[in-house]
Amino acid sequence: MNEQELLSLADDELIIGWRDSEWTGIAPLLEEDVAFSSIAQNEIGHARAVYELLSDDADALAFDRSPEEYRCAPFVELHLLHWAHTIARRWLYEVADEIRIAALKEELPLAAKIDREEAYHRMHAEMWHERLAGSPQFAAAVEELWPYALGMLPASQRDALSARVGLPVVDAVERGTHTDELVPLWEEMTMVRRSAPAGAQW
Amino acid sequence: MNDVWEVFRQDRRGTPFEHAGSVVAPDAEFAEAWAREQYGRRGESVALWLVPRDAVHVVDEWADEFDLKYRRVDGYSIKARLKEARERAGTAEPR
Amino acid sequence: MGSEQEFLEYVQGGGQVETRDWMPDDYRAKLLKFIEMHGNSELMGVLPEREWILRAPTLQRKLALTAKVQDEVGHAQLIYRVAEDLGKPRAAMLADLVAGKAKFHNVFHYPTKSWGDVGVIAWLVDAAAIISQKALLKCSYAPYARIMKKICWEESFHILHGRDVILAMVTGTPEQFELVQEALDRWWGPLMQFHGNPIPYDEDPMVTWRIKSQANEDARQQFLDGYVPQILELGLTIPDPKLRKNDDGVWEYTEPDWDELKHVVTGHGPKTAERLSFRARVLEQEQWVRDVVLAA
Repeated sequence: MNEQELLSLADDELIIGWRDSEWTGIAPLLEEDVAFSSIAQNEIGHARAVYELLSDDADALAFDRSPEEYRCAPFVELHLLHWAHTIARRWLYEVADEIRIAALKEELPLAAKIDREEAYHRMHAEMWHERLAGSPQFAAAVEELWPYALGMLPASQRDALSARVGLPVVDAVERGTHTDELVPLWEEMTMVRRSAPAGAQW
Repeated sequence: MNDVWEVFRQDRRGTPFEHAGSVVAPDAEFAEAWAREQYGRRGESVALWLVPRDAVHVVDEWADEFDLKYRRVDGYSIKARLKEARERAGTAEPR
Repeated sequence: MGSEQEFLEYVQGGGQVETRDWMPDDYRAKLLKFIEMHGNSELMGVLPEREWILRAPTLQRKLALTAKVQDEVGHAQLIYRVAEDLGKPRAAMLADLVAGKAKFHNVFHYPTKSWGDVGVIAWLVDAAAIISQKALLKCSYAPYARIMKKICWEESFHILHGRDVILAMVTGTPEQFELVQEALDRWWGPLMQFHGNPIPYDEDPMVTWRIKSQANEDARQQFLDGYVPQILELGLTIPDPKLRKNDDGVWEYTEPDWDELKHVVTGHGPKTAERLSFRARVLEQEQWVRDVVLAA
């Protein structure tokens, strides 16, 4: 597994964790708010663990690159303001991530550790998927996000994703370019950090 | 409310399950997902029992019309007699 | 069924009340209003802080702040559950909140301007809150007293986190130190108002019913005793020239503006309207989710 692949994994987890943490305090149900926030924290924790494999300074890797240098998929950058989309992404992400992690477990001990925590994320996502499967809002959100979800995985893994989600493989929004959302996200994410000289303590 | 789930949690293996609160959830799956986080995200619980509130049969009234203290510890006051017995036997402790 | 007088003697003697017990109407009404305000406060307290989750300057701070805010939401859940069991549905409480018909603590009506606020809020606002919450451990209404234990346990990490944020900044660059001082200058007024205007112990109906066991002024004095020395030892200044501990061990200070407090908690704080309308919008937008999830 090369550094670019690890960075893709870590950046995906960082950015989706960052996006999911936007719902802390405003999720549709209080009980879900608490649970969803734990998932967001876990994702960021996973990102940190992978960054630590790549660098002594995980924060520098997480925050101090310029937006173009991030390897995250467009899928996780999307700013989703409605729960239907957010939970649809959560579900699609977990299904895709399970495929990705299964492929990594052999070469990366950390992947097995991440996978054990992700088991609860998958339970949570599946629970919501079952509950909302009949809702037009959820179905529409899944359809809209589908090309992005496909783009999270390399082409060789997309048939597996298609089989699990029940949608045909289509043209994906590929990893390698970024959406318009990334720069504003990065600016907000780094605004406090950039307000002090590099190496300042927080 | 017909969707309240009572949460009982266990601190450590071997300790009693104690009532910790409740979550509002449509079924056991949601109740579990939510109670896991509300009552266990800090590793503060090793186990949970989730019980629909309707399944809890509440008992909170008792009749205690006749003095049945004989079968409880607080029904016995042995201090005075014990003192007398010790004095008789000469084993009373010096003051 | 009992009489109000018997109930009063019972709670004043330390008696505990459970959900199914008979309660005087006045006790139930005051209790519910108090608990509802507490739940609203936890929920509204999230809004000033959540923007800073997104802007946290390190991964550790981001995780800690997310966890702190998550706890506040968790507290709201615990508290609203207690209020629901007293008879008011959650949907009704949320509706009253966003309609501006219900109160929440003054501090959550104010804006946040910098990372300095993040430290000051986590350290000092949570410290002020924990003093009240510890006193509520003795509340006569047992379901509420019981959740206070979990709440107090979780708040203790918030204060440490807040103090750590402050310490990193006051030992950092001069600009970082200034951020903290500037935040403290803005938050000191609301902090002094936080525990409410002084009501004599025996004139406070909340104390009479043993819902509260600590007078407002005692809470404030306890806050000043604990935290003024901790603030001053960092080289920060407190923006009240009259603040001093007199020979009797009582803190003297510039009288807070109690009119301002009343004005703010009745829904006229600088950020009240914006935050309530944001909550209202999100609630309405996601009503369909609650309908689907909570349907039988």
